[in-house]
Amino acid sequence: MTLRWAGLWRMALLLVLAGPLAAAVNEPVLDIGQGGHCVDDPQFMRLNHMKLLRHQRDETVRQGIRGGKYSLAGCVDCHASKKNHSVLGTDQNFCQGCHVYAAVRIDCFECHSSTPRRSIAGEVLK
Amino acid sequence: MSCGHDHQRRQFLSRGAALTAAVTIAPGLMLYDFARARPSGEPASSAVRWGMLIDTTQCESGCDACVRACNKENSLPGGTLPTDPQWIRKLELQQEGTGRRISLPMMCQHCAEPPCVEVCPTGASFKRADGIVLVDKHRCIGCRYCMMACPYKARSFVHEPVTDHSGATPRGQGTVESCTLCVHRVDQGVAPACVEACASEGHQAILFGNLNDPDSAISQRIRSVASAKLRADLNLDPGISFVGL
Repeated sequence: MTLRWAGLWRMALLLVLAGPLAAAVNEPVLDIGQGGHCVDDPQFMRLNHMKLLRHQRDETVRQGIRGGKYSLAGCVDCHASKKNHSVLGTDQNFCQGCHVYAAVRIDCFECHSSTPRRSIAGEVLK
Repeated sequence: MSCGHDHQRRQFLSRGAALTAAVTIAPGLMLYDFARARPSGEPASSAVRWGMLIDTTQCESGCDACVRACNKENSLPGGTLPTDPQWIRKLELQQEGTGRRISLPMMCQHCAEPPCVEVCPTGASFKRADGIVLVDKHRCIGCRYCMMACPYKARSFVHEPVTDHSGATPRGQGTVESCTLCVHRVDQGVAPACVEACASEGHQAILFGNLNDPDSAISQRIRSVASAKLRADLNLDPGISFVGL
């Protein structure tokens, strides 16, 4: 009886100790590129960016509404790493890092550019 | 009578001069009309219908400046195999009997009644309010019905994985694509890349503008010269017209 309790206590202690340790080891360390003020609260963006982008893409492609608050190109412009000028490449890069951590496949960049926009004349905007 | 004609001619020439002043305002950039750049946040309007008038008498045989400009703008690989995406093809035609030769660029005709839209099972093929026919690649499943329905052979299927995303148009393997009338430029008030390239070669074979505006250069020209639409018998009402067919 005593032995069983001791075993349970040991397991509980292990979980308490290992929990934060494991989180600290696994949590993605992201290179946010230029960063600065996001278009919305970062926690809101973490939860909702996919819905916002889905809404925006339909408006832009089908109705031609451009220059909205939320856009994939906007994300890339601010969050492309200054090292490789991309939001992909390593597990520190903004999009790839978080998506690898969350184990969610990211389709956007099979068609879209993962590097900041250029103007029509060729120079980088901003 | 002749005085009236002269007056009209002078008016026409002065309008032409005004237009030239507008289009050459910045080197490398052709702005067809400042008022046409929609304010950001506003959707495309059906008050506008974009179209082109292609003058085959000005289109030089062997010149492919428009094709190269299109390839560069949209980062197309530039091959001409049946499996290569081609948004513009240069055609060299010879009339039977007379032997008369003409040269013209052939691309999506941006029909008012597009058969590609009619056959699309997912709603990916669509016509924007301002008459530009596009593929919504988020919805395209690559079935290629639209390619079979198009009488102009204007659409291409992307067979190979796309590695170069530097172009203005997002492109991806497994979807169908065609001329977008450089919708990303048009929305900013800039003429399509092919129009600009043709003009910078000094040919002026492609006139781009709003067909719904009776005062636009393209509407005025369509009123004053004989033009024809390809396969007019199909009643698709293309946005592209040709002079000198």
